[in-house]
Amino acid sequence: MSDKPLAPAIEGWHTMGEQPRLIGTQCSDCGTYFFPKQSDYCKNPDCDSTEFEEVQLSRTGQLWSYTNAGYKPPTPFVAADPFEPFAIAAVQLEREQMTVLGQVVGGVGVEQLKIGMTMELVLEALHETDDDVKVTWKWQPVAG
Amino acid sequence: MSNEIAILGAGMHPWGKWGHSFVQYGVAAAREALADAGVPWRDVRFVSGGATMRCGYPGYVAGATFAQALGWQGAEVNTSYAACASGSQALAAARNKILAGECEVALVVGADTTPKGFLAPAGGYRPEDPDWVRFYLGITNPTYFALYARRRMDLYGDTQEDFAAVKVKNALAGSKNPRARYRKCFTPEDVAASAMVADPLRLMDICATSDGGAALIVSSVDYARRIGKGDAPRVAAISTVTPTFASGVVEMPDIATDSAAAAGIDAHSYRASLPVKAYEEAGIGPEDVSLAEVYDLSTALELDWIEDLQLVPRGEAAQLLRRGDTAIGGRIPVNTSGGLACFGEAVPAQAIAQICELTWQLRGQAGERQVEGAKVGITANQGLFGHGSSVIVKA
Repeated sequence: MSDKPLAPAIEGWHTMGEQPRLIGTQCSDCGTYFFPKQSDYCKNPDCDSTEFEEVQLSRTGQLWSYTNAGYKPPTPFVAADPFEPFAIAAVQLEREQMTVLGQVVGGVGVEQLKIGMTMELVLEALHETDDDVKVTWKWQPVAG
Repeated sequence: MSNEIAILGAGMHPWGKWGHSFVQYGVAAAREALADAGVPWRDVRFVSGGATMRCGYPGYVAGATFAQALGWQGAEVNTSYAACASGSQALAAARNKILAGECEVALVVGADTTPKGFLAPAGGYRPEDPDWVRFYLGITNPTYFALYARRRMDLYGDTQEDFAAVKVKNALAGSKNPRARYRKCFTPEDVAASAMVADPLRLMDICATSDGGAALIVSSVDYARRIGKGDAPRVAAISTVTPTFASGVVEMPDIATDSAAAAGIDAHSYRASLPVKAYEEAGIGPEDVSLAEVYDLSTALELDWIEDLQLVPRGEAAQLLRRGDTAIGGRIPVNTSGGLACFGEAVPAQAIAQICELTWQLRGQAGERQVEGAKVGITANQGLFGHGSSVIVKA
């Protein structure tokens, strides 16, 4: 494991630390959530608000569906050499009524996943640069 | 019906990986459609092109590019971009022109040349671009198709053998289509032996990208009668509706769905909404449909479309498939052309190619692929950024 400092792969999309959360926004008028953040105009056709608050999204949700990447994705993905396949999850957040994609943590394959299971958000390395380890959000089955 | 137009001619350049200019494919398709219609080029007063984003400036002004290549003769032009629905939007523009009485005959044409290898987004660090974000996180196009396929397995009991059966069916149909790129028949074992790309989808479950061109000559019904083609197939409906917020299915290239948390907002399926307007406009229902051409970006997606078109209740498409009802000779044949499985996607041409197949089927000219007694055909496709279409053609 590298002793380089950790840095978010995409700046400002999630909190860092033990119990990470995605950072979105919520319309101050109608309550619609946005991830990625939307701070300029509400996309609800019945709402013309331009006021938003930054909010942290739910850390857990239900697995809506899942797959994996059997082939190395093209750039800007930075692949390990040799490429290691990884699973991908679509997780439904109850309060936000939205589904968010993300990789599944390393070591968990599709055979360990089942639609409807509870998943939680964690941080894990996406790739390394000369200066730091770029981390991003990934989904992990909740034990038990 | 007063809002119908006639399809006088259909033409295609065979799909493949030819490496020529897209203009060449479009011109070949247009000339075939003109010859099929028996209409002189100078009689065409409107050229409606589907744009291609991959071929530089001539692709952005495809209507003018094709008009110039066929020989400027003063026709008005239009270029439509609506991702995979570009051809339908170009057809809609032609229909509007004809129904407004501004022209009698129009050419609708789309063609594409696709680059080799992966379609990757522009470089740099660009988190404001959802297409960049998802590739950076390792989420490719097959990821989305596989998420939908897995849900079918979980919710309806579909199997990978069902998905393979779609490929086998479409490969058999495509083997009888001289315009298809892939004309080899496959067995379920061939599909099962192909590499896993995005579980549960294998390489042979996923469509390729191709070069190709397709064109239609359309006219007012009055004009068709005057040239002795009053019985030509009619375009009875064109739906190009956008989604309704909140979109509840995660769509390429997004990393998340809309939120349906606000009061009065429900989650909607975009795909399912596309044919609704088409059926209303044509004044018919799914029970009237003889055959369908749907956008099988993956084998499993063909099954989703069959339900979105309401040809069977939700969750029952695999049963229809297993009974052989979606094969040529079955109750409701789907993708008699061979579909994207045999063509590969040539974006601005694809929606037009679907209508070409319906035209030949409704005229009884589909040869070995012919659906006996075909009276009504419907198309469906969906592309990026809220674009999609469903077109109904009647004999």
